[in-house]
Amino acid sequence: MNNYLMGAFLFLAMSVRMLVSLGSYSGEGKEPMFGDYEAQRHWMEITYNLPAEDWYRNSSKNDLMYWGLDYPPLTAYHSLICGYVANWINPDWVKLNESRGFESYEHKLFMRYTVLVADILIYIPAVVVFCNTCLHSLDKLQQVSVAAVMLLYPGVILIDYGHFQYNCVSLGFTLWAVISLSAGYDLIGSMMFCFALNYKQMELYHAMPFFCYLLGGCCFDKKENRFLKLVKLGFVVLLTFAVCWAPFLTNKDSMLQVLSRLFPFSRGLYEDKVANVWCALSVIVKMKQMFSLDTLLKMSSASTLLCLLPSSVNLFLSPSAQRLKYALVNSSLVFFLLSFQVHEKTILVASLPVLLLLPEKPSAVVWFLQLSTFSMYPLLAKDGLVLQYVATMVLFSTTAYAMFFSEYSAAKGQNVWSQTSSRNKVCSFIFWMSCLGTGILNVAAHQMEPPKNLPDLFPVLLAAFSCMHFIIFCIYFHFLQFKLPMAKSDLRATKQRKKIN
Amino acid sequence: MFIILALVISSIKALCIPSYRSTDFEVHRNWLAITHSLPVNKWYYEDTSEWTLDYPPFFAWFEWVLSKVAYYIDPAMLQLENLNYASNATVVFQRCSVIFTDLLLVYAVKECCLCRKFFGVDSKRQPPEQSLLKDAGFVVAVLLLGNFGLFLVDHIHFQYNGFLFGVLMLSVARILQGRILESAFWFSVLLNLKHIYIYMAPAYFIFLLKHYCFTQFKNGRVVYSSIQPMRLLQLGLVVAFVFAASFGPFLAMGQLNQVLMRLFPFRRGLCHAYWAPNFWALYNFADKLAALAGTKLQFLDSSVLSKSSMTAGLVQEYSHTVLPSVTPAVTFACTVLSILPSLIHLWIQPSNERTFLRCLVSCAFGSFIFGWHVHEKAILLIIIPLSLLAVGSRADAKVFLLLAFIGHYSLFPLIFTQAETMIKVFMFLFYAMFANASLSTLHKMNPRWCGMPLLNVWELIYIMGIFPLDIYCSLGHRALGLMERLPFVPLMLTSVYCAVGICYAWLRFYKISLSNTTVKIHDE
Repeated sequence: MNNYLMGAFLFLAMSVRMLVSLGSYSGEGKEPMFGDYEAQRHWMEITYNLPAEDWYRNSSKNDLMYWGLDYPPLTAYHSLICGYVANWINPDWVKLNESRGFESYEHKLFMRYTVLVADILIYIPAVVVFCNTCLHSLDKLQQVSVAAVMLLYPGVILIDYGHFQYNCVSLGFTLWAVISLSAGYDLIGSMMFCFALNYKQMELYHAMPFFCYLLGGCCFDKKENRFLKLVKLGFVVLLTFAVCWAPFLTNKDSMLQVLSRLFPFSRGLYEDKVANVWCALSVIVKMKQMFSLDTLLKMSSASTLLCLLPSSVNLFLSPSAQRLKYALVNSSLVFFLLSFQVHEKTILVASLPVLLLLPEKPSAVVWFLQLSTFSMYPLLAKDGLVLQYVATMVLFSTTAYAMFFSEYSAAKGQNVWSQTSSRNKVCSFIFWMSCLGTGILNVAAHQMEPPKNLPDLFPVLLAAFSCMHFIIFCIYFHFLQFKLPMAKSDLRATKQRKKIN
Repeated sequence: MFIILALVISSIKALCIPSYRSTDFEVHRNWLAITHSLPVNKWYYEDTSEWTLDYPPFFAWFEWVLSKVAYYIDPAMLQLENLNYASNATVVFQRCSVIFTDLLLVYAVKECCLCRKFFGVDSKRQPPEQSLLKDAGFVVAVLLLGNFGLFLVDHIHFQYNGFLFGVLMLSVARILQGRILESAFWFSVLLNLKHIYIYMAPAYFIFLLKHYCFTQFKNGRVVYSSIQPMRLLQLGLVVAFVFAASFGPFLAMGQLNQVLMRLFPFRRGLCHAYWAPNFWALYNFADKLAALAGTKLQFLDSSVLSKSSMTAGLVQEYSHTVLPSVTPAVTFACTVLSILPSLIHLWIQPSNERTFLRCLVSCAFGSFIFGWHVHEKAILLIIIPLSLLAVGSRADAKVFLLLAFIGHYSLFPLIFTQAETMIKVFMFLFYAMFANASLSTLHKMNPRWCGMPLLNVWELIYIMGIFPLDIYCSLGHRALGLMERLPFVPLMLTSVYCAVGICYAWLRFYKISLSNTTVKIHDE
């Protein structure tokens, strides 16, 4: 029966996705540049009409100033497939240059369906498999409820089905990588992560933990031939990259051209108002004016690497699937907080590994997830998705509450707040204060007219408020990671062997 | 728990605000305008819009109350001349009014769930179940509040059925609690909100008469000498009071005829534009087949066929070619005949709340299957009360599950816009799968290979037939290029296919409700 229940929740999650997709998308009807929706449509047009080597190159047919392709090749291939389908349905949708800014009822539907298909193929099954295979300690019903809450996380739904992007693909691949690694299939895992990385360069936020985990596995593995394992892993990674980049490997120029498109350092320290340290600092110190772009780049890179080290070294010394999840959280949060050119939406990269900790730390995770969605509020409000934002937030929060914290909670024993120790009382108080803060800021940002001399007052307040939380969460998750018992590395190896046999 | 459920379900409903809405949206906006801007004596005469007021007075008053709020949202929607007016504020207001009035249903379901004994739960013995799925109260709450049909009809199509069913459930809850007079009051109110519920009135009448006005029974039959005249009087007064409050003013103004004419428009045809999946759909289909066969075998002139039969399903009037045409009187007689056995059974056999509910469902079934100009939405009159029964007994659960598939599927043609197609499919599957999982767990059925232990193999095959049928109707028919020549075929196929299942479910249900003379609360 639990299969049917799981099915029911899957369909519920999918209907919520389709319901959100009824709303508007980024840049709807906003000439001349439109938004991410038009960017994705434009990429379909470019990839469908031009040969691969021209995709990333400025030419008379491909104006890179108008939503030039700036994601890695897998995104381009995905656009190509969608472009073929679009051309089959209605050639007007992808006509070179003439189709710019094309919008219609059917086209919106088509675009929404492309996201749904990608989601159904990659992200949703990954969540289901994760809950079925990686959560041994829970019974079947609990697994179903964890999956339900994970699938209702508003951040991904709102950005993919409202704002319009394909985060489900890269996040889905990362999730598959985690699943494979925890099941002991290191080669498949690294391949999956390479796919993720080749779909969106933002997945670099996750790269360090994966690297440390695999390298640590190679160095401390006593049973297998360590060197051979390293060679195998390196071979798989290189091969995957080579396959993904095949059309651009013909000459050095086109490769460099693609790379320069992927990492546009000239864009500045941060865009809009993002909840990271640099933007929050700007309230007090105007870093952008004080230092040159080059210095800023160095500063942010140095600080990122420095903060990245503790969790990475810890994972390297004692690689385990459990620690990997925490390290993924920590690494992506550090990147989000400190790195160069961060976008609000990038918090989703951090949210994915946090989602995986749901059964272990439900209260902190739910809190984080709510806050991450909240931090994207200005973006969603600009897209006209306030209704969808409120509705999915309420839906997610109440579902999570019902599943984890109510008297009926399926995952019993996880309820931290039911214990009446003074520490928990304090935590719960802070939680409600934080909820109150988000609520007030939401209402204020929606209803109140900002003072004339401070037009960005609310977005900046929102960003600072979220940033403060993210820093605390970052420290908290570091603390949790270091608290994990240092497992004997051969223990993991034997465990793996058992599973493989 | 109910607060959580209400929040979850309301937020999903809120997501439907930007979705497609049918002309019923304009109908209700127009009624807002009528009740707001005209004096009461003109309500039932107004005909600026083609959507005249055709609900009973209490519903008009309901709209009047809403219009008072609407005035502060966007007064432009309250102008009679503003036909098809749908500003953002209007849409949000009207949609939200449906979501908020639905809270009455939440309250009513909560009241129903408090009668745990009815669901076979001994409240003293059992602590709250560890697993939600084994808690009958939770299951029935989700089945009622998350009902797919209500979701589709109210929140996408646009109507106020959730609120109306709230009144019905409140009345049922009062019966379960033994507060008979209140129940009679709420049911009379309901009748004056929407008169379609009059089909359920016979069951109420018999049950109230038997269990409130008589105190002694012998083998289930009433002992006539035990009549309580005071109680009879009370009951009569309550009902009369409600009706007087509703129709009295119009009677005083001498408009009763006009009101009744608006309420019961018998000019409409036997079947709705889309044939409701009932007996008459099968009858029409048989007629059509006979006509086709007749012309093929040259018994009939082929002009007969081209004239009427082939456009049927799209136009209102449909004259039968081979079989005799059906008049309202015939359908009325059929309906009465179909519900009579269950009413008699309720009267002469030992009865309790469960038999009453079964009789209620039988009445809804009878009127749906044989009624005149039945609308496909009326299937909800069967499914909603049946949800309450399904949790308590396995036999009812089987019929319910069948209807959760077929009855709800028959609502599909209501929403035909492309953007909402996947939503309706996903929600449908969600509801059906949840009903299957929860009811099977609740009734402790052993899972079989197919995972649907409540259905037998034939039913299962029939249910699975929905999928190819739907694919054919939504894609295949167009792909074959038959849409131009035979535009009505997909609708007709859907309706006939569902009609078979619904008639079968009706027969099965009748068997259950008549055979169960010794009523067990929980048939293990």
